[in-house]
Amino acid sequence: MMDHQPPPFFKRGPAPLALLTFYVALSLALLIADARLQMLEMLRQGLSLFTHPVQNMAHLPGQWVDQFGTYFVSLARLQEENSQLKRTRLDNVTTLLRTQQLEIENQRLRRLLELKERQPASGQVAQILYTARDPYSRRVVIDKGLQDHVQAGQPVIDDAGVVGQVTRVFPFVAEVTLLTDKEQSVPVQIVRTGQRSVIFGLGNGQLELRFLPANADVQNGDLLVTSGLDGIYMAGFPVAKVVRIDREATHAFARIFCLPIAAVENFGEVMVLAPRPIAALPDALAKETAANERKATSKSGQARKKRSMKE
Amino acid sequence: MQTSYRSSRILLPVRPWFIFATMFLAMLLNLLPTAALPAFPDWVALVLVFWSIREPRRIGMGSAFLFGLAMDVADASLLGQHAFAYVLVAYGASSVSRRILWFPLRLQALQIFPLLLLVQVIQYGLRMVMVGGDFPGLSYFLGPFFATMLWPLLTFLLLLPQHQPVDHDANRPI
Repeated sequence: MMDHQPPPFFKRGPAPLALLTFYVALSLALLIADARLQMLEMLRQGLSLFTHPVQNMAHLPGQWVDQFGTYFVSLARLQEENSQLKRTRLDNVTTLLRTQQLEIENQRLRRLLELKERQPASGQVAQILYTARDPYSRRVVIDKGLQDHVQAGQPVIDDAGVVGQVTRVFPFVAEVTLLTDKEQSVPVQIVRTGQRSVIFGLGNGQLELRFLPANADVQNGDLLVTSGLDGIYMAGFPVAKVVRIDREATHAFARIFCLPIAAVENFGEVMVLAPRPIAALPDALAKETAANERKATSKSGQARKKRSMKE
Repeated sequence: MQTSYRSSRILLPVRPWFIFATMFLAMLLNLLPTAALPAFPDWVALVLVFWSIREPRRIGMGSAFLFGLAMDVADASLLGQHAFAYVLVAYGASSVSRRILWFPLRLQALQIFPLLLLVQVIQYGLRMVMVGGDFPGLSYFLGPFFATMLWPLLTFLLLLPQHQPVDHDANRPI
């Protein structure tokens, strides 16, 4: 039998089309595993060990310019700022002392009434390094990561209110999805009326309060704070202010637009709040949910069996 | 200065480390804070297209895939989003590589433009299909325009190490 293979002088590896098919299939598999199954966090963390130094290198010139700028800030301005800060601290001291006393009192009263005690807010300060380059989402990167025991899901606030939530953790940095991201939602409460709802990012710097009926009691300028019902955000942190309300008779819900209170899209320092402890369910409820889960798993098992029977 | 096949000029062979050094530099440029500015070109895609056309046997879909993955992680985008686009574009560029270098630089740039636009369009399509998200704005699709305009300059800069002295030396054949 004759061999029709070309001579091996011009070896060029697999045919381009075969290579293309291979790489396209590989990247599609990665895409699906990442987007639908969220399985590739380990791979991402491993790769970030290579890309992180490159990113740091790319941000060095900007940092130098910043440092150069701050080095030549006049002494007078710094002194003025210092004295101003001292003044505000003195102003706040009275409220702070009183708050501490009130907190203790509140704790005692709650214990007397046998209510669950409130968790004191604690966390760690982090600095926003840069905005993530991805143009499809609104995220920033902070300088605390796995090394500092940051976990995905921790809320992030600044001095005015909620900024967002940690969504991805790398060894040395973490990604924070901002409130204004389209995928981000926060359960909130209107301070004036106590009405609860959920606020969603719109992707253009604004937020929308959804699922409130067209005749709901909402006014321009209403303050929205976290309701704490989600078990992630602690109750009472300011989130947004209502800026515009469209009440159309054609829709069942009012369209309520809000602006975030925190300096969400600015750079600066933020605080990563410690995760809230998981509230234990009462015994009866816990048993019921366990039973439900068992039923659900056995049901899905049956469905799988049925499907395999059909096939 | 002509650097297409029509010119009689003979270039020195490229050094492989130079290709990867320029790719790395392009990645660094992509990660600069300036990348957030509107209509900023995707440097990695541009340099990848350049080398895929010039040296299709030294750089190809494999390196495109790896640089794509690195960009995905650095970008906080979907894993595989850049890799997919870069692999397709590297294939496209290497398949036109035999034809495109016969054209003068301006016409080369004209043929580069659809390839670079493809990078953005593929990423946009993948993103919308897979997870959805914000529309990044029309300026996102403006980047390829500026990248195309940079093509002649890029060709000059990246081929500089391969240029030979113009004055002829009697003791040298070329």
